[in-house]
Amino acid sequence: MKKILLLSAIVAFMYACSSNTEKKEPTESGPSANDLMKDDTVHYAPDAKGIGKFTHVDINPALNAKMAGDGNGIYDLKCSACHKLTKERLVGPGWEGVTARRKPEWIMNFATNTDEMIDKDAQAQAMLELCMVRMPNQSLSDDDARAVYEFMRKNDGVK
Amino acid sequence: MKNKIGNYLMIAAVITAGIVVLKSCKPKDMASAVSGNAAAQVYVAPGKYDEFYNFVSGGFSGQLNVYGIPSGRLFRVIPVFSVDPEKSWGYSEETKPMLNTSHGFVPWDDLHHLALSETDGMQDGRWLFANGNNTPRIARIDLKTFRTNEIIEIPNSAGNHSSPFITENSEYVVAGTRFSIPMDNTNGDVPINTYKENFRGTVSFIAVDKTVGTMSIAFQILLPGVNFDLARAGKGVSHGWMFFSCYNSERANTLLEVNASKNDKDFIIAINWKKAEDYFKAGKGKKQNVSYAHNIYSESTHSATSTIEKEVTVLDSKDCPDMVYFIPCPKSPHGCDTDPTGEYIVGSGKLAAIIPVFSFTKMKKAIADKNFDGDYQGIPVLKYDAVLHGEVKKPGLGPLHTEFDAKGYAYTSMFVSSEIVKWRLSDLAVVDRVPTYYSVGHLSVPGGPTKKPWGKYLIAYNKITKDRYLPTGPELCQSAQMYDISGEKMKLILDFPTNGEPHYAEAIPAELISKNSTKIFKIEDNMNPYVTKGEKMAKVERKGNEVHVYMTCIRSHFVPDNIEGVKMGDVVYFHVTNLEQDWDVPHGFAVKGANNAELLIMPGETQTLAWKPERSGMFPFYCTDFCSALHQEMQGYIRVSAAGSNIPISFSTGTNIEDATAGTK
Repeated sequence: MKKILLLSAIVAFMYACSSNTEKKEPTESGPSANDLMKDDTVHYAPDAKGIGKFTHVDINPALNAKMAGDGNGIYDLKCSACHKLTKERLVGPGWEGVTARRKPEWIMNFATNTDEMIDKDAQAQAMLELCMVRMPNQSLSDDDARAVYEFMRKNDGVK
Repeated sequence: MKNKIGNYLMIAAVITAGIVVLKSCKPKDMASAVSGNAAAQVYVAPGKYDEFYNFVSGGFSGQLNVYGIPSGRLFRVIPVFSVDPEKSWGYSEETKPMLNTSHGFVPWDDLHHLALSETDGMQDGRWLFANGNNTPRIARIDLKTFRTNEIIEIPNSAGNHSSPFITENSEYVVAGTRFSIPMDNTNGDVPINTYKENFRGTVSFIAVDKTVGTMSIAFQILLPGVNFDLARAGKGVSHGWMFFSCYNSERANTLLEVNASKNDKDFIIAINWKKAEDYFKAGKGKKQNVSYAHNIYSESTHSATSTIEKEVTVLDSKDCPDMVYFIPCPKSPHGCDTDPTGEYIVGSGKLAAIIPVFSFTKMKKAIADKNFDGDYQGIPVLKYDAVLHGEVKKPGLGPLHTEFDAKGYAYTSMFVSSEIVKWRLSDLAVVDRVPTYYSVGHLSVPGGPTKKPWGKYLIAYNKITKDRYLPTGPELCQSAQMYDISGEKMKLILDFPTNGEPHYAEAIPAELISKNSTKIFKIEDNMNPYVTKGEKMAKVERKGNEVHVYMTCIRSHFVPDNIEGVKMGDVVYFHVTNLEQDWDVPHGFAVKGANNAELLIMPGETQTLAWKPERSGMFPFYCTDFCSALHQEMQGYIRVSAAGSNIPISFSTGTNIEDATAGTK
């Protein structure tokens, strides 16, 4: 039953969004659904940090190989079912280039504070309209999220 | 807008309540039985939580049911002794061992009584114990997961009715046999009319591990061949004692309805279990060769093991002086309940016109003074008048069970006269009575069996429903009724239907349990030997004629979802791991033609379905639990080929796609 409710909520949400986009121009809060529906021309907000406990994360220019290795393990267990390491979208978007599109804070907030981000963050909501599946909260710890981010950097060529 | 909807809801609730009151006028006295604000008292607004959990036994369904109080809403059916296809309990390979017994796989039982674990005589919200009457078993349910984690069979027992009852620090859960029988280590193939010679009764003391709750039968006490009915532990002043009601002191083996109702008095049996512990430690017990199953479900391997135990220690009451005493109790006592102070023991003779209340202090004195009325089968019988605190006079007809509040009042159910009687423990005066609809059995007050009852509500579980609900053919829903007991007068405020058949029930403040509820199983900690930790690890392996599918699921696909190379004669094991780590996202798994059930796999868990295809062809499988907007897409195919086929094992997800040019040829 709750899942039907969730589905209804999504449908209602979609309806609300579609009527909004007809009336309103995209605002500073993020790209419109129509923009994002064009898969290759997604309007990212590269400076957005999202909603959650991460407001500032220091990133060393050089890769932390140990941390990236841990992140790879977490990816295999909890993320790879939906995210490829290429640009190809499976259930969620492919990870290639994600560290250029998103701040580490946004990624780590999304990974650890998934539901609130989907409910409130304009960028996360736009991705939901694109992918149609709410990203599952995979119960990542703060350290897990940081390790996954390091693995994303490795995937994007950081040495 | 919101306010308007709220108003409509309130108006609808008031109208509904009005209709209920009007319609219920048909039976006599009903208009006065339901008071004006009853609807508001039991109304839990959408999104709000109930104040209490009510754990209600499911009788011949073999399961137990969880309701909210005061709303009476059903939250969950917890499978215990019976298979449950909804949750694949007893169908998945991991859960099948839980229903193993010395008689083999027994997929049903008759669950009568519940006991919540206690610390210092108060509910601690950790475990719930339940009895299986038919094939004697005790189960332990973990209240973090609301799942049955352990089942232990009871040897030397038949009709495990006077159980489970728990001591004030959960030292022991007791289990008494209803039927006396020849002991398991003797030849039971004897004439039935040699009852008096060959039949005996036992009560078992099952020790509970303080940290993890694991049960073990510490010792059994061998007693005369009577029928044991119900029990209660002493508490406070009487901590260290256990009281059992018994009937059939006539030791009849046929037409008990008549032949076990001849004696003016049967007994309440008082057992000094601290003394029994001492005898056990001193080596007074005799080891017997028996056979009983002990089944444990691990939340780490997500699977159960069943071990057949071969030995039990028995203390013969005849060899252990000062351990057991009989208290005469009129007319086949049923309920045997101790009040919150532990001073009073209330016996309820089913056929008695009074309710005797015994005093623990007087009992101790009578024992010290050896104030005996002879013995029964070698066990001293205390003088009735020496132990009696007093009798509740003219309470009604057919007293069965008594619960207590914290204000010094007792509430006794009257089966024959269909009413609940409220009386005062100090002077035994009846102060109030209310009708029940109909033939009330057990009662439950939140915390009623503990040292400090929470009070507030009294719930009656009735045996007859008759005209209370819309008819549903010959069998009607089972009926519970809730009364407000916060004032002087008991007030009926709610009828709610229950699953069959409710016997004993306990209620506990919700926050003692809800704060500890498990949300997910950590996938990293999954120790199931067939776990698949990530899609990379998914595979299909052939081992002779066994095909093991290591499968993952996540919103919303299976890996693998295309499987080929299975042949007739194979047994396919689908080991399905749910990779989700989010609360309330189970996935289901069902394959066409499977002869058992679906799987329902919690986040981070692995469950296994065994499937033996009975024909070759194409067999779809899919997720049965609506999981996302693309749930309907969560599906796959498994191909079954003829026995001699040379199709190799292959498996994939997302790649096994027809050549783009194939369709145009």
